[in-house]
Amino acid sequence: MTERQLVDARGAACPGPLMELIAQIKLVNVGEEVEILSSDKGSASDIPLWVAKVGHEMVENEKQDNHWSMVVRRAK
Amino acid sequence: MATKIVIVGGGLAGTIIANGLCRQLKSEMRGGGLSITVIGTTDQHMYQPGLLYLPFGRTREAELFRDQRKLLDRKIVFFVDPANNIDVDKQEVTTDSGRVHGYDYLVIATGSRLMPQNIPGLAEGAHWLYDLEGARKMRVALDEFEGGKVIVNVNAPHKCPVAPLEITFMLHDFLKAKGVMDKSEITYTYPIGRLHSLEPVAEWALPEFTRLGIKSEIFFNAKQVNPDAKTIESEEGVTLGYDLLITVPPHQGAQVIEDSGLGKGGWVPTNKDTLHHEGSDNVFVCGDTTNIPISKAGSTAHFEADTIVDNLTSLITEGRMARNYDGKVFCFVETGMKSGTYVWFDYETPPNPGPPSQMVHWSKLAYNRLYWLSAKGLL
Ligand SMILES: Cc1cc2nc3c(=O)[nH]c(=O)nc-3n(C[C@H](O)[C@H](O)[C@H](O)COP(=O)(O)OP(=O)(O)OC[C@H]3O[C@@H](n4cnc5c(N)ncnc54)[C@H](O)[C@@H]3O)c2cc1C
Repeated sequence: MTERQLVDARGAACPGPLMELIAQIKLVNVGEEVEILSSDKGSASDIPLWVAKVGHEMVENEKQDNHWSMVVRRAK
Repeated sequence: MATKIVIVGGGLAGTIIANGLCRQLKSEMRGGGLSITVIGTTDQHMYQPGLLYLPFGRTREAELFRDQRKLLDRKIVFFVDPANNIDVDKQEVTTDSGRVHGYDYLVIATGSRLMPQNIPGLAEGAHWLYDLEGARKMRVALDEFEGGKVIVNVNAPHKCPVAPLEITFMLHDFLKAKGVMDKSEITYTYPIGRLHSLEPVAEWALPEFTRLGIKSEIFFNAKQVNPDAKTIESEEGVTLGYDLLITVPPHQGAQVIEDSGLGKGGWVPTNKDTLHHEGSDNVFVCGDTTNIPISKAGSTAHFEADTIVDNLTSLITEGRMARNYDGKVFCFVETGMKSGTYVWFDYETPPNPGPPSQMVHWSKLAYNRLYWLSAKGLL
Protein backbone atom coordinates (compact mmCIF):
# COMPACT_ATOMS: atom_id res chain seq x y z
CA MET A 1 0.00 0.00 0.00
CA THR A 2 1.42 3.43 -0.98
CA GLU A 3 2.07 5.87 1.88
CA ARG A 4 -0.57 8.60 1.86
CA GLN A 5 -0.50 11.86 3.85
CA LEU A 6 -3.80 13.62 4.53
CA VAL A 7 -4.01 17.42 4.57
CA ASP A 8 -7.41 18.74 5.60
CA ALA A 9 -7.38 22.27 4.20
CA ARG A 10 -11.16 22.77 4.25
CA GLY A 11 -11.98 26.34 5.22
CA ALA A 12 -8.30 27.28 5.11
CA ALA A 13 -8.10 30.84 3.78
CA CYS A 14 -4.34 31.37 3.99
CA PRO A 15 -1.96 29.97 2.87
CA GLY A 16 -4.67 27.83 1.29
CA PRO A 17 -4.95 24.32 -0.15
CA LEU A 18 -2.48 24.54 -3.03
CA MET A 19 0.26 26.09 -0.88
CA GLU A 20 -0.37 23.33 1.70
CA LEU A 21 -0.11 20.71 -1.02
CA ILE A 22 3.16 22.16 -2.34
CA ALA A 23 4.62 22.17 1.18
CA GLN A 24 3.47 18.60 1.85
CA ILE A 25 4.73 17.23 -1.48
CA LYS A 26 8.23 18.39 -0.49
CA LEU A 27 8.04 16.16 2.59
CA VAL A 28 7.03 12.90 0.92
CA ASN A 29 9.17 10.59 -1.18
CA VAL A 30 8.76 10.09 -4.92
CA GLY A 31 5.91 7.59 -5.42
CA GLU A 32 4.11 8.57 -2.20
CA GLU A 33 0.75 10.30 -2.19
CA VAL A 34 -0.83 13.33 -0.59
CA GLU A 35 -4.59 13.57 -0.15
CA ILE A 36 -5.84 17.11 0.08
CA LEU A 37 -9.33 18.13 1.18
CA SER A 38 -10.34 21.59 0.02
CA SER A 39 -13.53 23.64 0.11
CA ASP A 40 -12.05 26.37 -2.06
CA LYS A 41 -13.46 26.62 -5.59
CA GLY A 42 -10.34 28.25 -7.05
CA SER A 43 -8.13 25.43 -5.77
CA ALA A 44 -10.35 22.85 -7.47
CA SER A 45 -9.00 24.09 -10.81
CA ASP A 46 -5.60 25.41 -9.63
CA ILE A 47 -4.48 22.14 -8.02
CA PRO A 48 -4.89 19.94 -11.14
CA LEU A 49 -3.33 22.73 -13.22
CA TRP A 50 -0.26 22.93 -10.98
CA VAL A 51 0.06 19.15 -10.75
CA ALA A 52 0.10 18.95 -14.56
CA LYS A 53 2.57 21.85 -14.89
CA VAL A 54 5.07 20.24 -12.53
CA GLY A 55 4.52 16.73 -13.79
CA HIS A 56 3.18 15.03 -10.68
CA GLU A 57 0.27 12.63 -11.03
CA MET A 58 -3.37 13.36 -10.22
CA VAL A 59 -4.60 10.04 -8.81
CA GLU A 60 -8.09 11.09 -7.71
CA ASN A 61 -10.20 14.23 -7.96
CA GLU A 62 -13.66 13.91 -6.48
CA LYS A 63 -16.28 16.52 -5.70
CA GLN A 64 -18.05 15.63 -2.44
CA ASP A 65 -21.05 17.51 -0.96
CA ASN A 66 -19.21 20.66 0.09
CA HIS A 67 -15.58 19.99 -0.69
CA TRP A 68 -13.14 18.39 -3.09
CA SER A 69 -10.94 15.42 -2.28
CA MET A 70 -7.80 15.21 -4.43
CA VAL A 71 -5.01 12.67 -4.32
CA VAL A 72 -1.65 13.58 -5.84
CA ARG A 73 1.29 11.22 -6.32
CA ARG A 74 4.75 12.74 -6.22
CA ALA A 75 6.33 11.79 -9.52
CA LYS A 76 9.78 13.45 -9.33
CA MET B 1 3.40 17.77 44.53
CA ALA B 2 3.59 21.01 42.59
CA THR B 3 2.13 21.01 39.08
CA LYS B 4 4.88 21.58 36.49
CA ILE B 5 4.33 23.42 33.23
CA VAL B 6 7.22 23.30 30.76
CA ILE B 7 7.26 25.54 27.68
CA VAL B 8 9.78 24.73 24.95
CA GLY B 9 10.59 27.85 22.91
CA GLY B 10 10.97 31.38 24.22
CA GLY B 11 9.83 33.19 21.08
CA LEU B 12 6.57 35.04 20.73
CA ALA B 13 4.18 32.20 21.60
CA GLY B 14 6.25 30.78 24.47
CA THR B 15 6.74 34.19 26.05
CA ILE B 16 3.07 35.21 25.85
CA ILE B 17 1.95 31.88 27.31
CA ALA B 18 4.47 31.91 30.15
CA ASN B 19 3.60 35.48 31.21
CA GLY B 20 -0.13 34.95 30.72
CA LEU B 21 -0.16 31.82 32.89
CA CYS B 22 1.86 33.59 35.55
CA ARG B 23 -0.77 36.29 35.80
CA GLN B 24 -3.77 33.96 35.74
CA LEU B 25 -2.28 31.51 38.23
CA LYS B 26 -0.65 33.97 40.61
CA SER B 27 -1.98 32.42 43.80
CA GLU B 28 -1.12 28.84 42.76
CA MET B 29 2.46 29.97 42.04
CA ARG B 30 2.76 31.93 45.24
CA GLY B 31 1.65 28.94 47.29
CA GLY B 32 4.27 26.73 45.61
CA GLY B 33 1.62 24.58 43.94
CA LEU B 34 2.74 25.42 40.42
CA SER B 35 5.98 26.03 38.55
CA ILE B 36 6.48 27.42 35.02
CA THR B 37 9.70 26.70 33.14
CA VAL B 38 10.67 28.14 29.76
CA ILE B 39 13.39 26.41 27.75
CA GLY B 40 14.95 28.58 25.03
CA THR B 41 17.95 28.83 22.75
CA THR B 42 18.95 32.44 23.41
CA ASP B 43 18.83 35.15 26.09
CA GLN B 44 17.92 37.73 23.43
CA HIS B 45 14.36 38.06 22.12
CA MET B 46 14.19 39.34 18.56
CA TYR B 47 11.19 41.20 17.16
CA GLN B 48 11.11 39.39 13.81
CA PRO B 49 8.71 41.68 11.90
CA GLY B 50 11.25 44.47 12.46
CA LEU B 51 13.64 42.64 10.12
CA LEU B 52 11.49 43.84 7.23
CA TYR B 53 12.77 47.38 7.75
CA LEU B 54 16.44 46.57 8.33
CA PRO B 55 17.81 46.23 4.76
CA PHE B 56 15.95 49.40 3.76
CA GLY B 57 17.62 51.42 6.50
CA ARG B 58 14.30 52.02 8.26
CA THR B 59 15.24 50.58 11.65
CA ARG B 60 18.33 50.01 13.72
CA GLU B 61 19.33 46.54 14.89
CA ALA B 62 19.27 47.51 18.55
CA GLU B 63 15.54 48.31 18.26
CA LEU B 64 14.80 44.67 17.41
CA PHE B 65 16.14 43.13 20.60
CA ARG B 66 15.19 42.84 24.25
CA ASP B 67 16.66 40.80 27.06
CA GLN B 68 14.47 37.67 27.24
CA ARG B 69 14.92 37.39 31.02
CA LYS B 70 13.45 40.88 31.44
CA LEU B 71 10.46 40.05 29.22
CA LEU B 72 9.56 37.09 31.40
CA ASP B 73 7.85 37.45 34.77
CA ARG B 74 10.38 36.89 37.56
CA LYS B 75 8.48 33.85 38.86
CA ILE B 76 9.23 31.98 35.63
CA VAL B 77 12.25 29.67 35.57
CA PHE B 78 14.16 30.30 32.32
CA PHE B 79 16.94 28.17 30.84
CA VAL B 80 19.02 29.01 27.79
CA ASP B 81 19.63 25.37 27.02
CA PRO B 82 18.09 24.05 23.77
CA ALA B 83 15.82 21.01 24.01
CA ASN B 84 17.17 18.06 22.03
CA ASN B 85 14.49 15.52 22.84
CA ILE B 86 10.82 15.72 23.76
CA ASP B 87 9.37 12.44 25.02
CA VAL B 88 5.60 12.78 25.29
CA ASP B 89 5.19 9.24 26.64
CA LYS B 90 7.66 9.67 29.48
CA GLN B 91 6.61 13.34 29.88
CA GLU B 92 10.18 14.54 29.76
CA VAL B 93 12.18 17.17 27.87
CA THR B 94 15.95 16.66 27.62
CA THR B 95 18.28 19.56 26.83
CA ASP B 96 21.75 19.96 25.34
CA SER B 97 23.33 20.26 28.80
CA GLY B 98 21.84 16.87 29.73
CA ARG B 99 19.18 18.26 32.06
CA VAL B 100 15.88 16.36 32.10
CA HIS B 101 12.69 18.34 32.75
CA GLY B 102 9.64 16.32 33.77
CA TYR B 103 6.27 17.99 33.27
CA ASP B 104 2.56 17.69 33.94
CA TYR B 105 1.71 20.01 31.06
CA LEU B 106 3.93 20.77 28.07
CA VAL B 107 3.68 23.57 25.52
CA ILE B 108 5.63 23.17 22.29
CA ALA B 109 6.38 26.59 20.77
CA THR B 110 9.60 26.04 18.85
CA GLY B 111 8.61 28.10 15.80
CA SER B 112 9.92 27.56 12.29
CA ARG B 113 13.34 27.89 10.69
CA LEU B 114 14.66 28.85 7.27
CA MET B 115 15.82 26.04 4.99
CA PRO B 116 17.50 27.73 1.98
CA GLN B 117 19.72 24.63 1.79
CA ASN B 118 16.68 22.64 0.57
CA ILE B 119 17.02 24.34 -2.83
CA PRO B 120 20.45 23.79 -4.42
CA GLY B 121 22.32 27.06 -4.95
CA LEU B 122 19.77 29.23 -3.13
CA ALA B 123 21.88 29.91 -0.04
CA GLU B 124 24.84 30.90 -2.20
CA GLY B 125 22.97 32.87 -4.84
CA ALA B 126 20.22 34.69 -2.95
CA HIS B 127 19.63 37.28 -0.24
CA TRP B 128 16.84 37.27 2.34
CA LEU B 129 15.73 39.34 5.28
CA TYR B 130 13.98 36.60 7.26
CA ASP B 131 16.84 36.32 9.76
CA LEU B 132 19.32 38.81 11.17
CA GLU B 133 22.38 37.65 9.30
CA GLY B 134 20.45 37.56 6.03
CA ALA B 135 18.99 41.01 6.61
CA ARG B 136 22.46 42.44 7.28
CA LYS B 137 23.82 40.96 4.05
CA MET B 138 20.79 42.14 2.10
CA ARG B 139 21.36 45.67 3.41
CA VAL B 140 24.89 45.61 1.98
CA ALA B 141 23.67 44.13 -1.32
CA LEU B 142 21.01 46.85 -1.67
CA ASP B 143 23.52 49.57 -0.86
CA GLU B 144 25.81 48.26 -3.60
CA PHE B 145 23.06 47.65 -6.17
CA GLU B 146 23.23 50.03 -9.10
CA GLY B 147 20.28 48.72 -11.10
CA GLY B 148 19.46 45.61 -13.10
CA LYS B 149 17.15 42.61 -12.92
CA VAL B 150 15.81 41.94 -9.43
CA ILE B 151 13.88 38.79 -8.60
CA VAL B 152 11.81 38.43 -5.44
CA ASN B 153 11.37 34.67 -5.20
CA VAL B 154 8.83 33.26 -2.72
CA ASN B 155 8.93 29.62 -1.61
CA ALA B 156 6.48 27.42 0.29
CA PRO B 157 5.96 27.06 3.14
CA HIS B 158 6.92 30.35 4.77
CA LYS B 159 5.89 32.39 7.78
CA CYS B 160 4.28 35.80 7.56
CA PRO B 161 2.37 35.44 4.28
CA VAL B 162 2.18 39.19 3.71
CA ALA B 163 5.93 39.82 4.01
CA PRO B 164 6.74 38.83 0.37
CA LEU B 165 4.45 41.51 -1.05
CA GLU B 166 5.68 44.01 1.52
CA ILE B 167 9.28 43.27 0.55
CA THR B 168 8.42 43.82 -3.11
CA PHE B 169 6.65 47.14 -2.59
CA MET B 170 9.28 48.42 -0.18
CA LEU B 171 12.03 47.35 -2.56
CA HIS B 172 10.36 49.27 -5.36
CA ASP B 173 10.12 52.42 -3.22
CA PHE B 174 13.71 51.95 -2.02
CA LEU B 175 15.16 51.61 -5.54
CA LYS B 176 13.11 54.57 -6.71
CA ALA B 177 14.36 56.73 -3.84
CA LYS B 178 17.90 55.59 -4.62
CA GLY B 179 17.38 56.71 -8.21
CA VAL B 180 18.01 53.30 -9.82
CA MET B 181 14.45 52.09 -10.43
CA ASP B 182 14.50 53.39 -14.01
CA LYS B 183 17.49 51.10 -14.65
CA SER B 184 15.86 48.17 -12.84
CA GLU B 185 13.16 45.59 -13.37
CA ILE B 186 11.50 43.73 -10.48
CA THR B 187 10.00 40.28 -11.06
CA TYR B 188 8.04 38.65 -8.26
CA THR B 189 7.67 34.86 -8.33
CA TYR B 190 4.99 33.06 -6.32
CA PRO B 191 4.28 29.35 -5.79
CA ILE B 192 0.56 29.33 -6.68
CA GLY B 193 -1.56 30.73 -9.51
CA ARG B 194 -1.96 34.30 -8.20
CA LEU B 195 0.10 36.96 -6.43
CA HIS B 196 -0.94 36.05 -2.89
CA SER B 197 -2.65 33.16 -1.19
CA LEU B 198 -5.44 35.44 0.02
CA GLU B 199 -7.57 36.06 -3.06
CA PRO B 200 -8.65 39.62 -2.14
CA VAL B 201 -5.02 40.55 -1.40
CA ALA B 202 -3.96 39.04 -4.75
CA GLU B 203 -6.70 40.99 -6.55
CA TRP B 204 -5.60 44.21 -4.89
CA ALA B 205 -1.89 43.57 -5.62
CA LEU B 206 -2.30 42.92 -9.36
CA PRO B 207 -3.23 46.48 -10.46
CA GLU B 208 -0.63 47.84 -8.01
CA PHE B 209 2.01 45.71 -9.76
CA THR B 210 0.82 47.01 -13.14
CA ARG B 211 0.90 50.62 -11.88
CA LEU B 212 4.44 50.23 -10.58
CA GLY B 213 5.70 48.16 -13.51
CA ILE B 214 6.47 45.11 -11.35
CA LYS B 215 6.44 41.85 -13.32
CA SER B 216 5.30 38.52 -11.97
CA GLU B 217 5.75 34.82 -12.61
CA ILE B 218 3.09 32.68 -10.94
CA PHE B 219 3.19 28.90 -10.39
CA PHE B 220 6.91 29.25 -9.73
CA ASN B 221 8.51 26.95 -7.14
CA ALA B 222 12.28 27.23 -7.11
CA LYS B 223 14.07 24.01 -8.02
CA GLN B 224 17.64 25.29 -8.20
CA VAL B 225 19.75 28.39 -8.47
CA ASN B 226 22.93 28.70 -10.49
CA PRO B 227 24.88 31.48 -8.73
CA ASP B 228 27.57 31.60 -11.45
CA ALA B 229 25.19 31.92 -14.39
CA LYS B 230 22.85 34.00 -12.16
CA THR B 231 19.75 32.02 -13.05
CA ILE B 232 16.92 30.52 -11.05
CA GLU B 233 14.94 27.57 -12.38
CA SER B 234 11.47 26.47 -11.27
CA GLU B 235 9.95 23.02 -10.77
CA GLU B 236 7.48 24.13 -13.43
CA GLY B 237 10.28 24.46 -16.01
CA VAL B 238 10.82 28.24 -16.19
CA THR B 239 14.33 29.76 -15.96
CA LEU B 240 14.88 33.43 -15.09
CA GLY B 241 18.09 35.46 -15.11
CA TYR B 242 18.86 37.94 -12.34
CA ASP B 243 21.37 40.53 -11.15
CA LEU B 244 20.01 40.51 -7.61
CA LEU B 245 18.06 37.58 -6.21
CA ILE B 246 15.98 38.10 -3.09
CA THR B 247 14.22 35.08 -1.68
CA VAL B 248 11.82 34.00 0.99
CA PRO B 249 13.37 30.59 1.65
CA PRO B 250 11.22 27.53 2.35
CA HIS B 251 10.70 26.83 6.06
CA GLN B 252 10.58 23.80 8.30
CA GLY B 253 9.84 23.38 11.99
CA ALA B 254 12.60 22.96 14.58
CA GLN B 255 15.07 20.10 14.34
CA VAL B 256 14.08 18.85 17.82
CA ILE B 257 10.56 18.11 16.57
CA GLU B 258 11.83 15.77 13.84
CA ASP B 259 14.48 14.27 16.14
CA SER B 260 11.80 13.47 18.72
CA GLY B 261 9.57 11.85 16.10
CA LEU B 262 6.88 14.46 16.71
CA GLY B 263 6.23 15.47 13.13
CA LYS B 264 7.55 15.37 9.58
CA GLY B 265 9.35 18.55 8.56
CA GLY B 266 9.18 19.72 12.17
CA TRP B 267 5.44 20.40 11.94
CA VAL B 268 3.57 18.95 14.91
CA PRO B 269 0.17 17.33 14.22
CA THR B 270 -2.15 19.61 16.19
CA ASN B 271 -5.90 19.64 16.85
CA LYS B 272 -7.07 22.84 15.16
CA ASP B 273 -9.67 23.60 17.84
CA THR B 274 -8.09 22.52 21.15
CA LEU B 275 -4.45 23.01 20.05
CA HIS B 276 -3.59 19.67 21.66
CA HIS B 277 -0.77 17.66 20.16
CA GLU B 278 -2.78 14.91 18.39
CA GLY B 279 -2.95 11.96 20.73
CA SER B 280 -2.03 13.82 23.96
CA ASP B 281 -4.25 15.64 26.42
CA ASN B 282 -1.46 17.36 28.36
CA VAL B 283 0.64 18.63 25.44
CA PHE B 284 -0.32 21.85 23.64
CA VAL B 285 1.24 23.22 20.46
CA CYS B 286 1.38 26.89 19.58
CA GLY B 287 2.56 29.20 16.79
CA ASP B 288 4.52 28.42 13.65
CA THR B 289 5.28 24.82 14.60
CA THR B 290 1.69 23.50 14.39
CA ASN B 291 0.63 21.68 11.24
CA ILE B 292 -2.70 23.56 11.18
CA PRO B 293 -3.30 24.83 7.62
CA ILE B 294 -3.32 28.46 8.69
CA SER B 295 -0.97 31.45 8.31
CA LYS B 296 2.27 31.13 10.22
CA ALA B 297 2.23 34.60 11.74
CA GLY B 298 2.76 36.42 14.99
CA SER B 299 -0.92 37.21 15.25
CA THR B 300 -1.82 33.54 14.84
CA ALA B 301 0.70 32.67 17.56
CA HIS B 302 -0.79 35.40 19.76
CA PHE B 303 -4.44 34.31 19.40
CA GLU B 304 -3.49 30.66 19.87
CA ALA B 305 -1.40 31.57 22.93
CA ASP B 306 -4.37 33.37 24.53
CA THR B 307 -6.47 30.24 24.00
CA ILE B 308 -3.84 28.00 25.57
CA VAL B 309 -3.47 30.34 28.58
CA ASP B 310 -7.23 30.18 29.18
CA ASN B 311 -7.35 26.41 28.77
CA LEU B 312 -4.35 25.62 30.96
CA THR B 313 -5.66 27.98 33.64
CA SER B 314 -9.03 26.28 33.52
CA LEU B 315 -7.54 22.78 33.53
CA ILE B 316 -5.39 23.57 36.57
CA THR B 317 -8.05 25.40 38.57
CA GLU B 318 -11.25 23.61 37.47
CA GLY B 319 -10.15 20.45 35.71
CA ARG B 320 -11.77 21.36 32.38
CA MET B 321 -10.99 23.16 29.11
CA ALA B 322 -12.28 26.73 28.68
CA ARG B 323 -12.69 27.27 24.96
CA ASN B 324 -11.61 26.42 21.44
CA TYR B 325 -9.31 28.42 19.15
CA ASP B 326 -11.46 30.02 16.43
CA GLY B 327 -8.77 30.24 13.75
CA LYS B 328 -8.37 34.01 14.08
CA VAL B 329 -5.52 35.65 12.13
CA PHE B 330 -4.93 39.40 11.78
CA CYS B 331 -2.24 40.91 9.56
CA PHE B 332 -1.11 44.38 8.71
CA VAL B 333 0.06 44.72 5.09
CA GLU B 334 2.59 47.44 4.26
CA THR B 335 1.70 48.63 0.75
CA GLY B 336 4.72 50.91 0.36
CA MET B 337 6.85 53.10 2.57
CA LYS B 338 3.89 55.33 3.51
CA SER B 339 0.67 53.33 3.31
CA GLY B 340 -0.76 50.12 4.65
CA THR B 341 -3.88 48.00 4.96
CA TYR B 342 -4.96 45.11 7.15
CA VAL B 343 -6.80 41.85 6.84
CA TRP B 344 -8.36 39.43 9.32
CA PHE B 345 -10.18 36.11 9.06
CA ASP B 346 -10.99 33.00 11.07
CA TYR B 347 -12.20 29.45 10.44
CA GLU B 348 -15.70 30.79 9.59
CA THR B 349 -15.08 34.30 8.23
CA PRO B 350 -13.30 34.82 4.91
CA PRO B 351 -10.73 37.62 4.58
CA ASN B 352 -11.69 41.06 3.26
CA PRO B 353 -8.97 43.74 3.34
CA GLY B 354 -9.83 47.44 3.46
CA PRO B 355 -8.36 50.12 1.17
CA PRO B 356 -4.71 51.09 1.91
CA SER B 357 -4.24 54.23 3.99
CA GLN B 358 -1.54 56.15 5.77
CA MET B 359 -3.43 55.64 9.04
CA VAL B 360 -3.02 51.85 8.86
CA HIS B 361 0.67 52.28 8.05
CA TRP B 362 1.05 54.33 11.23
CA SER B 363 -0.89 51.71 13.20
CA LYS B 364 1.59 49.09 12.04
CA LEU B 365 4.51 51.29 13.03
CA ALA B 366 2.83 51.76 16.42
CA TYR B 367 2.36 48.01 16.74
CA ASN B 368 6.07 47.56 16.09
CA ARG B 369 6.56 49.38 19.41
CA LEU B 370 3.66 47.70 21.23
CA TYR B 371 4.99 44.21 20.44
CA TRP B 372 6.96 44.13 23.65
CA LEU B 373 3.84 44.76 25.71
CA SER B 374 2.08 41.92 23.95
CA ALA B 375 5.02 39.56 24.61
CA LYS B 376 4.80 40.53 28.26
CA GLY B 377 1.16 39.47 28.11
CA LEU B 378 -0.11 43.00 28.76
CA LEU B 379 -1.92 43.45 25.44
C1 LIG C 1 10.64 39.34 8.28
C2 LIG C 1 9.48 38.86 9.07
C3 LIG C 1 8.33 39.65 9.15
C4 LIG C 1 7.25 39.23 9.89
N1 LIG C 1 6.16 40.06 9.94
C5 LIG C 1 5.09 39.68 10.65
C6 LIG C 1 3.95 40.53 10.75
O1 LIG C 1 3.94 41.66 10.25
N2 LIG C 1 2.88 40.10 11.42
C7 LIG C 1 2.84 38.88 12.01
O2 LIG C 1 1.83 38.51 12.61
N3 LIG C 1 3.92 38.02 11.95
C8 LIG C 1 5.03 38.40 11.30
N4 LIG C 1 6.12 37.56 11.23
C9 LIG C 1 6.02 36.18 11.75
C10 LIG C 1 6.21 36.04 13.24
O3 LIG C 1 7.41 36.65 13.67
C11 LIG C 1 6.23 34.57 13.62
O4 LIG C 1 5.13 33.93 13.01
C12 LIG C 1 6.14 34.39 15.13
O5 LIG C 1 7.32 34.83 15.73
C13 LIG C 1 5.85 32.95 15.51
O6 LIG C 1 5.94 32.78 16.88
P1 LIG C 1 6.49 31.41 17.48
O7 LIG C 1 6.56 31.62 18.96
O8 LIG C 1 5.71 30.28 16.94
O9 LIG C 1 7.95 31.27 16.89
P2 LIG C 1 9.23 32.16 17.22
O10 LIG C 1 8.82 33.50 17.67
O11 LIG C 1 10.11 32.04 16.04
O12 LIG C 1 9.87 31.43 18.46
C14 LIG C 1 10.32 30.11 18.43
C15 LIG C 1 11.38 30.00 19.49
O13 LIG C 1 11.69 28.62 19.71
C16 LIG C 1 13.04 28.53 19.93
N5 LIG C 1 13.51 27.16 19.70
C17 LIG C 1 13.70 26.52 18.53
N6 LIG C 1 14.22 25.31 18.74
C18 LIG C 1 14.34 25.17 20.08
C19 LIG C 1 14.84 24.14 20.91
N7 LIG C 1 15.33 23.01 20.39
N8 LIG C 1 14.83 24.32 22.25
C20 LIG C 1 14.36 25.47 22.78
N9 LIG C 1 13.89 26.49 22.04
C21 LIG C 1 13.88 26.33 20.70
C22 LIG C 1 13.65 29.54 18.98
O14 LIG C 1 14.94 29.92 19.38
C23 LIG C 1 12.68 30.68 19.08
O15 LIG C 1 13.05 31.60 20.07
C24 LIG C 1 7.27 37.98 10.54
C25 LIG C 1 8.42 37.20 10.49
C26 LIG C 1 9.53 37.62 9.78
C27 LIG C 1 10.76 36.79 9.74
